[in-house]
Amino acid sequence: MPVDTTFAGRAYPPGDVYVVAREKLREFAEATGATHPAHTDPDAARALGYPDVVAPPTFAVVIAQRTEAQYVEDPAAGVDFSRVVHADERFTHHRPICAGDRLRTALHVDAVTQRATLSMITTRCEIADEDGSPVATVVSTLAVRSEDDA
Amino acid sequence: MSRDARPAVADLAVGQEVARRTLTVDRARLVRYAGASGDFNPIHWNERVATSVGLPGVIAHGMWTMGAAVTVVVDWVGDPGAVVDYQTRFTRPVPVPDPGEAALDVVATVGAVDVDAGTARIDLTVTVDGVRVLGKAQAVVRLV
Repeated sequence: MPVDTTFAGRAYPPGDVYVVAREKLREFAEATGATHPAHTDPDAARALGYPDVVAPPTFAVVIAQRTEAQYVEDPAAGVDFSRVVHADERFTHHRPICAGDRLRTALHVDAVTQRATLSMITTRCEIADEDGSPVATVVSTLAVRSEDDA
Repeated sequence: MSRDARPAVADLAVGQEVARRTLTVDRARLVRYAGASGDFNPIHWNERVATSVGLPGVIAHGMWTMGAAVTVVVDWVGDPGAVVDYQTRFTRPVPVPDPGEAALDVVATVGAVDVDAGTARIDLTVTVDGVRVLGKAQAVVRLV
């Protein structure tokens, strides 16, 4: 089944609150080799002016990918994950993410294009505080090979 | 440590190299990243699945490579929160052998300077055996 291009323009409202935890940030920092002390030491983070430990620049992907799942794992969307390749990713930080943040994320399907042997899907996650103040924007593009190109 | 420790934007010149580092990644690292990120796609830990979809073997998560590369920028600027924008294209997969490890050479250079905004764009060249694996890898850092 090809990707359904009519999903382009679809928006999903923010779902559950994601609570950013110190130990989750530590785990992510260690996995990516991020050794700056502000990721793991609250005192080092406070010395830089933050309320608690600071997320690495790509940590928002954890929140974004679980948000994108409501679209890419919807059978009606026609996204065959065994044929997906990550094409590009962009993070725009309106402010740094810190432990203790309570975040809600809206999902937008910005583009779904079907070419001869490849479909391209661009999603945008708008991550915000509980009061709606913008925190980060995550734009991700996936390439999906069509079945006759397998 | 304070914000005063950030490099001065006026001292930067386009083309200037500001940092370089060689990063290594093995299968255990990918399992760790899978757990930390929640991305359990088996092409990043299961050789059988990876080869069945036409890959040369298990490959690193593109997002691991992106996340690991920017540590060079964070350490240079001295503040993780100084990275206000970071983007890349994933141009080539990074096969991760077993046993062994893959080595990624990361070079950070100044791509653009905006003195009025107090920002610099740092361009990352990330290569494996001399071949680029990321395209247009650019981090914008706020220096004031």
